[in-house]
Amino acid sequence: MTFRVHIHIVPRKGLLDPQGQAVANALHTLGFGGVRDVRIGRHLVVETAASSQADAEKDARAMCEKLLANPVTEDFELERVEAT
Amino acid sequence: MKFGVITFPGSNSDEDTVHAVTDYLGATAVRLWHKDHDLQDADVIVLPGGFAHGDALRAGAIARFSPIMREVIAHADRGGPVLGICNGFQIACEAGLLPGALRRNNELYVGAPVYVRVERNDTLFTSRYAAGQVLRMPISHGEGRFTADAETLERLESDGQVVFRYVDATGTRTSRANPNGAANDIAGIRNARGNVLGIMPHPERAVDDLLGSTDGLALFESLMAQVAA
Repeated sequence: MTFRVHIHIVPRKGLLDPQGQAVANALHTLGFGGVRDVRIGRHLVVETAASSQADAEKDARAMCEKLLANPVTEDFELERVEAT
Repeated sequence: MKFGVITFPGSNSDEDTVHAVTDYLGATAVRLWHKDHDLQDADVIVLPGGFAHGDALRAGAIARFSPIMREVIAHADRGGPVLGICNGFQIACEAGLLPGALRRNNELYVGAPVYVRVERNDTLFTSRYAAGQVLRMPISHGEGRFTADAETLERLESDGQVVFRYVDATGTRTSRANPNGAANDIAGIRNARGNVLGIMPHPERAVDDLLGSTDGLALFESLMAQVAA
């Protein structure tokens, strides 16, 4: 079976995110004075063959730990795993 | 004495490095492609600056899986010297040759001359400098803010693994002199064994008065002296 895994990778909480900061400043300039914080991460959609949804999730977690996220600076979350 | 300079797709200071060590120091350099499996008996491996694989995912994250990196890691494990400059420092961290990570600068991209202080000269890479000497070298990076957890930072400091720190022209640490927000003003570190150095500034672009500085030459001279000895 093939599964589609949606993965969020974000800068670890508490770490400065200069990209997010620059965007927040731009939003303020545009008049969105209510913006308190912007954090920029990545959204990955991985299509992978696996024997079950649980296996697809396990594989995706291993991919994040080994490559997709840097454990020193980033957190990841598997938003959802769906059969295609 | 042979330098092996690796070119990844997107490297851009590989030729600068070859130029520096051959034309200014009279050393031999061999150009290695990231898909090679052989270091061609190079004594020192240089991971050069640039944007390997377009910095896809994270700077250095993909380059670390290039076929030649297996040989580079084996070379480092045998105690062979490895010098990671800028993007090469990022690759070395991603490959686990050095601790920590290089994150986005606190003020995005910076290209400018900076001053760094040689924290110690009893290393493979700095024996031709004086301890405390202040060097002027260019930086050119968007992701050079050295970061590590508190425990790792403490170990780097207590074990003397911090080799270069950002300072002002007088050699004093100030927040203004730190161009990217790096922890503890760190510009360069070595591994615990002392044979791998990562440095964000570009010594290979500080080898001629025309470039504004010749302060980078002694780094390569140090390696030549140590490796030849």
